[in-house]
Amino acid sequence: MTARRLVVVGNGMAARRLLEELLARAPRRYRITVVGDEPGAGYNRVMLSPLLAGATGEDAIVTHPAAWYRRHGIRLISGTPVTAIDRRRRQVRTGAGHRLAYDRLVLATGAAPRRLALPGADLDGVLSFRDLADTRRLQGLAPRALVVVGGGFLGLEAAEALLRRGHRVTLVHGHGHPLNQQLDASAGARLRADLEARGLRFVLNHRPAALESDGRGAVTAVRLDDGRRLPADAVIQAVGIEPRVALARQCGLALGRHGVRVDDTLQTFDPRVYAVGECVEHRGRTFGLVAPLYHQARVCAGHLAEQGLERYHFEGAATRLKIGGIDLLSAGDFLGGEGDQVITLDDPAGGYRRLVLRDHRLVGLVLYGDVADGPFYETLWREGRDLSALRLKLPFGEAACAPSRPAAAEEAAA
Amino acid sequence: MNPGAQPITKTTCPYCGVGCGMLTDGARLRGDGDHPANAGRLCVKGSSVLDTLGEQGRLLHPRIGDRRVSWDRALDEVAGRFRRVIEDHGPEAVAFYVSGQLLTEDYYVANKLMKGFLGGANIDTNSRLCMSSAVAAHKRAFGEDVVPGCYQDLELADLVVLTGSNTAWAHPIVYQRLAAAKKRRPAMKVVVIDPRRTATCDLADLHLAIRPGQDVALFNGLLRWLHDHDALDRDYIDAHTRDFQAALDAAGDQPLAGLARRLGLPAADLDTFYQWFARTPRTVTLFSQGINQARNGTDQGNAIINAHLGTGRVGRPGAGPFSITGQPNAMGGREVGGLANQLAVHLDLEDAAHRAAVADFWDAPALPAEPGLMAVDLFQAVADGRVKAIWILATNPVDSMPEADRVRAALEACDTVVVSDCMADTDTLACADIALPALGWGEKDGTVTNSERCISRQPAFLPAPGEARPDWWALCRVAERLGYGAAFDYAGPADIFREYASMTGLARRFGKQLDLSAAGDLSDHQYQRWAPRAWPLDGGARCFGDGRFSTADGRARFVACAPPPAPDTNHRRPLLLNSGRLRDQWHTMTRTGRAPALFSHRDEPFVDMHPRRAAREGLEEGGFARVRGDVGEALARVRLDRGLGEDQLFMPMHWSDCFSGRARVDALVPAHTDPVSGQPAFKHTPVAVAPWRPAWHGVMLGAGAPPAVDYWARIPLDREMALDRYVLAGGAPVEPARFQDWLPAAAQWLTLDDPAAGHYRRAGLDGEGRLVAWLALAPTPPAVDVDWLAGAFREPLDVAGRARLLLGDGGQGGADRGAVICTCYQVREATLREAVAGGADSVAALGRCCRAGTNCGSCIPELKAFLA
Repeated sequence: MTARRLVVVGNGMAARRLLEELLARAPRRYRITVVGDEPGAGYNRVMLSPLLAGATGEDAIVTHPAAWYRRHGIRLISGTPVTAIDRRRRQVRTGAGHRLAYDRLVLATGAAPRRLALPGADLDGVLSFRDLADTRRLQGLAPRALVVVGGGFLGLEAAEALLRRGHRVTLVHGHGHPLNQQLDASAGARLRADLEARGLRFVLNHRPAALESDGRGAVTAVRLDDGRRLPADAVIQAVGIEPRVALARQCGLALGRHGVRVDDTLQTFDPRVYAVGECVEHRGRTFGLVAPLYHQARVCAGHLAEQGLERYHFEGAATRLKIGGIDLLSAGDFLGGEGDQVITLDDPAGGYRRLVLRDHRLVGLVLYGDVADGPFYETLWREGRDLSALRLKLPFGEAACAPSRPAAAEEAAA
Repeated sequence: MNPGAQPITKTTCPYCGVGCGMLTDGARLRGDGDHPANAGRLCVKGSSVLDTLGEQGRLLHPRIGDRRVSWDRALDEVAGRFRRVIEDHGPEAVAFYVSGQLLTEDYYVANKLMKGFLGGANIDTNSRLCMSSAVAAHKRAFGEDVVPGCYQDLELADLVVLTGSNTAWAHPIVYQRLAAAKKRRPAMKVVVIDPRRTATCDLADLHLAIRPGQDVALFNGLLRWLHDHDALDRDYIDAHTRDFQAALDAAGDQPLAGLARRLGLPAADLDTFYQWFARTPRTVTLFSQGINQARNGTDQGNAIINAHLGTGRVGRPGAGPFSITGQPNAMGGREVGGLANQLAVHLDLEDAAHRAAVADFWDAPALPAEPGLMAVDLFQAVADGRVKAIWILATNPVDSMPEADRVRAALEACDTVVVSDCMADTDTLACADIALPALGWGEKDGTVTNSERCISRQPAFLPAPGEARPDWWALCRVAERLGYGAAFDYAGPADIFREYASMTGLARRFGKQLDLSAAGDLSDHQYQRWAPRAWPLDGGARCFGDGRFSTADGRARFVACAPPPAPDTNHRRPLLLNSGRLRDQWHTMTRTGRAPALFSHRDEPFVDMHPRRAAREGLEEGGFARVRGDVGEALARVRLDRGLGEDQLFMPMHWSDCFSGRARVDALVPAHTDPVSGQPAFKHTPVAVAPWRPAWHGVMLGAGAPPAVDYWARIPLDREMALDRYVLAGGAPVEPARFQDWLPAAAQWLTLDDPAAGHYRRAGLDGEGRLVAWLALAPTPPAVDVDWLAGAFREPLDVAGRARLLLGDGGQGGADRGAVICTCYQVREATLREAVAGGADSVAALGRCCRAGTNCGSCIPELKAFLA
């Protein structure tokens, strides 16, 4: 069987996992070309925060150097975007003028940081934190007063890293506590207090109304919705990401409300074209964390390898985060609703945990500070089993819920 | 003991009436090998007595109301109030209520002041609650309150009958002597007569689980049986006794089978007992509170004595009736006359010649001719307002009297309540208008007399804490203020002892056995070095062996004992509640409650019942029972005990409001008394039980006051840190906002909240991360490793420990080890089970495995249960 042509658009984490999965299943099925718009080889995007904070170097975050692509016979075209896809001709064009024919195409175009829809959002010094280039730009800032807009994970990571670089950082967040997509108010308050103790300043329950200019095109301040003015030598916008769907739209693929629509095999509207990662919309859902991306890559690789039995379905996964050394875990319906039962355990100088039960089943949880029991709770949450018998031991974690020690000791003695 | 340390003091144990000798240097303590009572042995309570010392929790200063005052001010107040009451209402309106915990010297002075100088007879004692029926029985039979025998008789006997006595727990050293004797001479027979199968039955060849309160029927039946089988000593009866026929007539002549049915015994067992008694000249019948604390307690004592008189077995080696006392100095108090119906030195109030002799000896103005009020009547008189001023010394009637709630109400309403105590926190002290700090054991200096009439010293080897003073000193200073200074001008306890010893010459003059007059001229030095000796000082170890008694005609009296009354249970109160001592506790815990180790045997108030009774009432082991009587109610844990009859319950006598919310057994006991002795019937209270099912259970550790919840039990955990464990339970769900009322302030709180399950925990830390309070509430009793948590009060936890803090279990396996069985070596149930599983098949083997039972031996009956 002659090798068919596979073109992968994008060289991010989803794309690379797809390649690994595919090489493991069918190493000679395709002649593969990867086109990435970022220059250089593959790096671990998750490590950009430590890189920004100065905790690691650029070399250390590279996971797939050029040699890796060579070794596997993959043609890597980096530093240039794909500019068009011609599905009728099954051809891809790049900004550098390549015309790449394909038998199968994978879109792994990822997502772009959402930009503030505000007057002044286009001023100099209004930055994002998404890729290596962004990171280098942020590394280049002289120590100054910075405002980070957005108290989600990315905003907090950026703020914490910039704080470590010696900046005065104020974080503006429209909600009452940071990380409200992952934390309940108590955990959020703990996080706020812990970060404030390190010098981060919070402006909560307010949004920026405008970015002010120095008259020469550079940002100088953030004007808040209550009229307050926060001086800012730079503004880092961290208000979410948007799937990059321009290419898909250009070539006429069906889109969902946000991303490229895929079925359970990660196939798009065009059977020759697949899509994985942050650019896709699967059953109305878009993705931003690495675990579902990897799952998609595995399923997609299986179909590309024509071993396609597996179907992708979203598996709830716990969100595990680490912000400035503070471990967090969040899963499911951690707020809970009417009729749900909530267990909280709080050590003001240690861990906090919140468990939400519905019909004796764990439907959501938050762990703050101490996540050692994370796998235990996550399993209970995913399995959805009846926890009535464990109820009184449940808040104390796996060791307490394990079969009683005397029984274990007797077994050991025997 | 290290001879380089403090000098070694010879002293006497402050607990039961066995009166064991002790040696201590203040830091360590052991039994005195030279003491005749114990020959070096000590029980678990005695062994831990040093753990109960120290200034913490002590009453250190006099106070009037809540105001600290000087001794002078306090004594002026006491004297002033007593003088005014006597002037306005006569000497019948004042009273002393004293204690078998007093030393003989304190007791002597109190009695002398009341009867000789205040001119009243209202001095009674808590010995009324334990020994007065035996006293009355002795006086009726022998003409004097004399225990004829000595401990050695128990070892010499061929048959020992233990009745109304859980000797193994209440008098452990006597029990151990008996156990050792039986081991040496296995032919020796032991019969235990007790409605309960107690730890003492471990030694029994025959256990007669008699129906409660039927002892007179049993011993009347014995007298009749001995008569019918020609086993009586007719010569002895003729030569040395009177009134035999009346006693025999009263004994009835029910056939054995019918009698056995009435007693609830197999006829063969009853026959065996009667045969053994008949054919064993060396028979000792040892009796205690099960006999005394009954509505016919005096008759019960006399029915026993009748059988001994009928066989001539009184005051002979290995033979005699033997009343064993409850308190360390009950006997001493009886000697000096510290009962309302006695005068002094075994002489009688009603006897004009006795009164004249005593008045002359004391040079006293006017002696009362009528007996004073006995304890129950005394507190009734306080309630009525007939007694307007009462001075309570060294006892806790708010817990120990029957109808204890009424006693409390009476004291609260009384104008003048003076309380002398060494502890700062007793339920009685809470009623005091004037509180006087007394010396405790090791600080006070004097003598005590044990159950075999042996007088031993309790010297001072510790400094007086705070402003605490001897009780005799306080009494003398009040006497002085009332104008009787010359008669109370003692330089010290030796002075008082000499006077008392000389005074016993009067007793001898009136033909009594009590005679210490040879010690009337002891020097102070000789007094200090007094070696244990029994009275009469010039006699042998036994009394009445020659058949001559202390009556006017020298003959003993048989007493016709009426058949026992039927138990007064009814359909509303169908069960009989028995009460008594535990192995490791003493009285109302004012002393033993200071030694955490003594709570490891039983830590919460409980009610024992047969499993079938429990099932019928819907109760289960570890659950709660409400116990209701006609005069009060209690709330306690259920323990299942097959050793009880199905219609009987048992509760320990020890728990006070300082240690639990509603577990004062004496609040249930009606004030029914023996008509002769005035002793209350503590052993047969008609009650009903019902389950109480709490909505939540809790555990709290800390140093605070008990929370206001339906059930709580305080269990001391660490004296140094004043740390207590509380077991809690409540009938209605509790709002977590209330926890702050229960818990002390803390720098930081760790919390667990599961409101839907009713599960809450709190751990409060100080600025350094040390635990200051810990609380868990849950629908089921929280299992926690208390020892591990206690450690966190001492030292801050590391990170791993802190993460387990709310769990309350450091992961060292301490949460489920069960109760401590061996208190001396803190060996828990789980360890014993493991040892048995590992092949230990005897008490000795358990001892080799884990040391259990190898020190005081009190737990050996329980160890055997693990081997069964």
